[in-house]
Amino acid sequence: MLKSKLFFVIDVLAIVMIPVALWFAFFYAPLELRMGAIQKIFYFHVASAWVGFAALFVTFVCSIIFLIKRNHFSDDLAAASAGIGLLFCTVVLMTGPLWARPTWGVWWTWDPRLTTTLILWFIYAGYVFLRKFIDDPDKRGKYCAVLGIIGFFDVPIVFLSIRFWRTIHPNVVQSGGGGLHPDMRTAMFVALGAFTLLYISLANKRVRLAKLEREYYTAE
Amino acid sequence: MAKNNILKDTIAIIRKDVMLEFHTREVISSMLVFALLVVVVFSFIFEPGEHEQQRIAGGVYWMALVFSGLLGLGKSMLSETSGGNLEALLLTPTSRNAIFLGKVFSNLIFMFALQAVMLPLFVILYEVNLLSDPMMLAVIAATTYGFVLLGTLFSLIASRTRTREIMLPLLLLPVLVPILLAAIQATNAMVAMSPLEDYIKWIRLIVVFDIIFTAISLVVFDPVVEE
Repeated sequence: MLKSKLFFVIDVLAIVMIPVALWFAFFYAPLELRMGAIQKIFYFHVASAWVGFAALFVTFVCSIIFLIKRNHFSDDLAAASAGIGLLFCTVVLMTGPLWARPTWGVWWTWDPRLTTTLILWFIYAGYVFLRKFIDDPDKRGKYCAVLGIIGFFDVPIVFLSIRFWRTIHPNVVQSGGGGLHPDMRTAMFVALGAFTLLYISLANKRVRLAKLEREYYTAE
Repeated sequence: MAKNNILKDTIAIIRKDVMLEFHTREVISSMLVFALLVVVVFSFIFEPGEHEQQRIAGGVYWMALVFSGLLGLGKSMLSETSGGNLEALLLTPTSRNAIFLGKVFSNLIFMFALQAVMLPLFVILYEVNLLSDPMMLAVIAATTYGFVLLGTLFSLIASRTRTREIMLPLLLLPVLVPILLAAIQATNAMVAMSPLEDYIKWIRLIVVFDIIFTAISLVVFDPVVEE
């Protein structure tokens, strides 16, 4: 009972915090001098990237727990997290080019961060497909757990390899904002908090849905 | 005693695979023709006689190898699962380590055999001496091993899905990005006669990748092999 109350509070907070984050991004944070209004995308881009990458960590931890304990909850949470990770990775890959085109002059560049996010998207997509194409729940859990673990170790190596590759060439784009205005930083952390709450709220719903589905099919 | 058995069983599985392939030579010959086909089709990218072909030779070589390797891995695992061979193997007291390692090493033998024929033909077609630098052998060995290791693991997984042919590349290629990039860059550097210090980092990257994923595979393959 207490748990469902807690998640109800998180749901409400997530709903409230998203408009609050919007308010912070558009009214509280100052207008960037050179980039103008397009810089506002930064708050939601960074927040989505944070959730996108953090979700992989949750999937990784749950995958290990599943391989050891074989309990439904860890498999459900790993799956939920990967699904939401795919969603937020998609948001990152869409908001990025929208900002890059007016700022850098190109939609896409093979920068380590961009490329790593893209590869992460492919790993998530593979994970989601794999879940769809295996019917036996026990096999599905095991195979996806293996992919979750391998994917987690692979992503840093991908980043490293792309950085090696790009440092041979002149670095066209210097990534990283550097000196961020304090009010911008506040707005960024509000957006981070809002998206994290959204992630927890969505993950909880997907885990509960998976549990209900399983109960329904075993009852039949 | 147990260790000895693993070694013996692994060798037995490798022998089985190699003998089976030696009788028919179906997989390796079709892989070779396909790899050559990829090389030929890729050569349409550039104008004949241009130096461009030497600049991208590494990319063409490794892409041809990866594409034909994907087919070979899929086929090798299909012959295990379709006739119930894997189930039969699991019923015997053979350890799972031996089954997994046996598949990895027999796939490795096939990939090396494929390259033993493909590499000279590639050198003729592209007029680039890939073996001018002996370090190329290290790149080939390390990259092929990494490819086959994760390829065997993922082909075991993919063979149990409903869409096995498409699932293997979908799972394997994103994970292989670091070593493919490293192998291509190292090969291109060698073709361009760059000194060792220019590309040693790529070889290191491949070796680190191999070590990390050997360790992880040995920990996680058990639930994948079992039924």
